[in-house]
Amino acid sequence: MTDVTNHSQTSEAQMGDYFALMKPRVMQLVVFTALVGLLVAPVGVNPFIGFVAILCIAVGAGASGALNMWWDADIDAIMKRTVKRPIPSGAVQPGEALGIGMTLSVFSVVLLFLATNALAAGLLAFTIFFYAVIYSMWLKRSTPQNIVIGGAAGSFPPMIGWAVATGGVSVESILMFALIFMWTPPHFWALALFVKSDYGDAGVPMLTETHGRKATRNHILAYCVPLVLVALGLGVTSIGGPIYLVVAVLLNLWFLKGCYDIWCRTDADSEADDHAVEKHTFKVSLFYLFGHFVALLVEALMRANDWNVW
Amino acid sequence: MAFKVEHEIHQRRKGRNSGVGLLLIGLVGIVFGLTVVKVLGLTDVRQMERFDHVARPQLEPGALEAAEQRAADLAAASEAGE
Repeated sequence: MTDVTNHSQTSEAQMGDYFALMKPRVMQLVVFTALVGLLVAPVGVNPFIGFVAILCIAVGAGASGALNMWWDADIDAIMKRTVKRPIPSGAVQPGEALGIGMTLSVFSVVLLFLATNALAAGLLAFTIFFYAVIYSMWLKRSTPQNIVIGGAAGSFPPMIGWAVATGGVSVESILMFALIFMWTPPHFWALALFVKSDYGDAGVPMLTETHGRKATRNHILAYCVPLVLVALGLGVTSIGGPIYLVVAVLLNLWFLKGCYDIWCRTDADSEADDHAVEKHTFKVSLFYLFGHFVALLVEALMRANDWNVW
Repeated sequence: MAFKVEHEIHQRRKGRNSGVGLLLIGLVGIVFGLTVVKVLGLTDVRQMERFDHVARPQLEPGALEAAEQRAADLAAASEAGE
């Protein structure tokens, strides 16, 4: 929480410190998936309005990142991975992060409403609320399923992009949401199996520590199976097509094999080869999500130009 | 007349202030661009009046449709009269 009072501010915070509050690496994924959601929609959007919409979604994601850093300043100061973040390092005061997070949240939602429509703005507002309040303040420290539920916040951007273009929600946008939502747990748990974390010291329940590594391996496979169904299901909607289906089948076989291999292994196997399979599957998961969304973009491009591969 | 640096804080915060300045210029650009795009995208030039912040019931969709219907009825009536 924010009872960390930082008196160690030694130098003036620069723009880079404030930018780091917005979690730029998370913003990259948000921008990419929101852009795909917008571009694959059947309704065209003026390029400038599209640019402003993507900017608003990125700023909204950044604002929720700043609010997350404000709330989690106490545990960020404990964990090695996060100790250099702007608040625990003393570059930015917690109050500043709260102010920036709140201001940018309101700013991004209002501007998105003025530029596009109420549904897109409402979805962005809900995403910020979900990440900052439901995930950061409530679930992150109370359940080992925090990754699963928190993943919903990262799944909304393509749905918002779709809403920007169409003004609605459809089976296509729900399946794009579901693709990221189901992908997040195996992706993060594969990482958790080979990275030594200090979440336990910070009092954050992670599945590897609360239920053990074997249970985590079971969970990875259990989430991968419905993920395959969602990914293939997206291929038979209006935004899918033959190219997407071919890419999806290959990527799903690749990822499913990785998850199955993880499930088959014991911790002793894993230690013996320095977690080679877990590391490989984590890398595959990155290609997996990127590949699916690129394939959706290719299908949209082909539809726009009336190209037919059959 | 050149601005004189009166305090070291001006120098210390130069980067931040320049950043905020650029962000504000960007915001002005976005608002201007949105205005141009929205106004050029109007299908009916009369709708331009929507942007003067005055309520105009005659420009609501229902009123516009009713006006078009009235015009069509009058045209049909005049044709029938001829």
